[in-house]
Amino acid sequence: MTRSTATRAPGAQPEQLTTPLDPDAAISIRGLVKRYGERAAVDGLDLDIRRGEIFALLGPNGAGKTTTVEICEGYRSRDGGEVRVLGVDPAKGGRRWKAELGIVLQSGAGGSQLSVRELLAAQASYFADPRDPDEVLELVGLTEKAGARGRALSGGQRRRLDVALGIVGRPRLLFLDEPTTGFDPEARRQFWALIRSLRDLGTTMLLTTHYLDEAEELADRVGVLAHGQLAEVAVPTALGGRGTAPAVVSWTEDGTRRSAETTTPTAFVAGLAGRFPGEVPDLAVSRPSLEDVYLKMIGDRP
Amino acid sequence: MTTAQRTALPSVARVSRTRAGVELKEFFRQRESVVFTLAFPVILLLGLGAVLDYDLGSGVDFPQYFMAGVIAAGIVGASLQNLAIHIAGERADGTLKALAGSPMPKTAYFVGKVAQVVAVTLATVVVLLIVGVLVFGIDLPSGGDWLTFAWVTVLGAAACTLLGIAVSSLARNARSASATVTPLALVLEFVSGVFMPFDQVPGWLQDVAAVFPVKWLAQGLRSVFLPDSLAAREPAGSWELGTVAVVLGVWCVAGLLLCVATFRWQEGEGR
Repeated sequence: MTRSTATRAPGAQPEQLTTPLDPDAAISIRGLVKRYGERAAVDGLDLDIRRGEIFALLGPNGAGKTTTVEICEGYRSRDGGEVRVLGVDPAKGGRRWKAELGIVLQSGAGGSQLSVRELLAAQASYFADPRDPDEVLELVGLTEKAGARGRALSGGQRRRLDVALGIVGRPRLLFLDEPTTGFDPEARRQFWALIRSLRDLGTTMLLTTHYLDEAEELADRVGVLAHGQLAEVAVPTALGGRGTAPAVVSWTEDGTRRSAETTTPTAFVAGLAGRFPGEVPDLAVSRPSLEDVYLKMIGDRP
Repeated sequence: MTTAQRTALPSVARVSRTRAGVELKEFFRQRESVVFTLAFPVILLLGLGAVLDYDLGSGVDFPQYFMAGVIAAGIVGASLQNLAIHIAGERADGTLKALAGSPMPKTAYFVGKVAQVVAVTLATVVVLLIVGVLVFGIDLPSGGDWLTFAWVTVLGAAACTLLGIAVSSLARNARSASATVTPLALVLEFVSGVFMPFDQVPGWLQDVAAVFPVKWLAQGLRSVFLPDSLAAREPAGSWELGTVAVVLGVWCVAGLLLCVATFRWQEGEGR
């Protein structure tokens, strides 16, 4: 990836783009720049998100995640670069373009006097070809709460309502901004299952999250943002060279815990197996966790 | 190339109907807004009507005089106060942002708000008239006065609706909007002769009040509920209906310009 750190005035002749925008991508970004005063929150970002994939954008607070996502959603203007979302420049996206998107926000449903079903029906009525609100309630597991008002829902239920509002328009591209913040572990599991079922329906998703296990669990690819640029894009298991990094094999022998670092864990385990009559006691093979490589990556950046 | 041609988007008219339904439910299901907006003028009428007992001449008692003022207060509450507070709340809790990101035509949102103001204004006026007649035996307008009643109400409500939408952008949330707009409306109502005969308001305050729409709304309504002999007690010695129309019309235009200049679907960029 080539970084374009050139600062150019808005409206100036665009510089030679490193690679052209990808017309088939769900989201294609080249040289994106967004400044707040003197500070560049996004500083020459290039990114392609393929149709049908779940892409997780990771990065510490202030790395430019929200800014990037909100530019793609059409909520914020940009100071430089090119962006296409479903083939359209978000700065010029009209109703028809918006009807192809789903945006899961921290909604104000908690303050509404409408029931869950009424909120969903109203949202559906803005779209050309919406999903049946009752089917969506079933999908997010809120059927029993259909008649309840927003403020009667628990935090997790309210978040599922936010997702329901985001998908009722049958979007081709769904934006999920930190969707499981404040969930208990069980609610997160259920939520992940919901996201997978949406993927099976062919929805492309751009997910931002603070939870690395969530990215690892859901994403086809992850991108790490640091200082307004993309530090790396990879499948979760390969990020930061995880796939080829030494593995740690650990087991219990003669009553003590033993471990060894090896680049050939398969051969090592085979050898280990020969030393024991049956199962190797407490055998575990681990690679550096996504968190390990992530922290290294965002710490390394200048 | 990318946008598959699916069925057409719903028409602006259809989405507007949905939004009108949403806005009516949001208002009438919320006890606070119903009490605050609808019941407050009724309580004022019952309270002040029962306590204050003076004769304004020409056989006009206080409740008859107060009908015009309390209806003006009801209109301001249904439009300016109601919208300023609720839109500020919708902006603070992300409702507006979510709508802006959806394919809802933006016109439909404002049509819904107007439908809400029309319904609440109508309900307030009808309830006040019923209470006025049944409790205080006030004389209803007659003949052409109904027409004046209608256009003054529509023009006043329109100006206050636009100002309410504009003012909502000044507040950080519903609570701060309420804390700003409620005293402001009360002060305007006091200096505009809503709660007491306008000729008892000091002259310089009358001049201040004359800049704002509430004074002209109340004055137009007084022409409806009071006998023409009382026009002599107005500052100009007449009801000045032409000026009422012009000032309220100018405030409509100013309010619209303010809305266009200040309306935001989300809290400011930059965080």
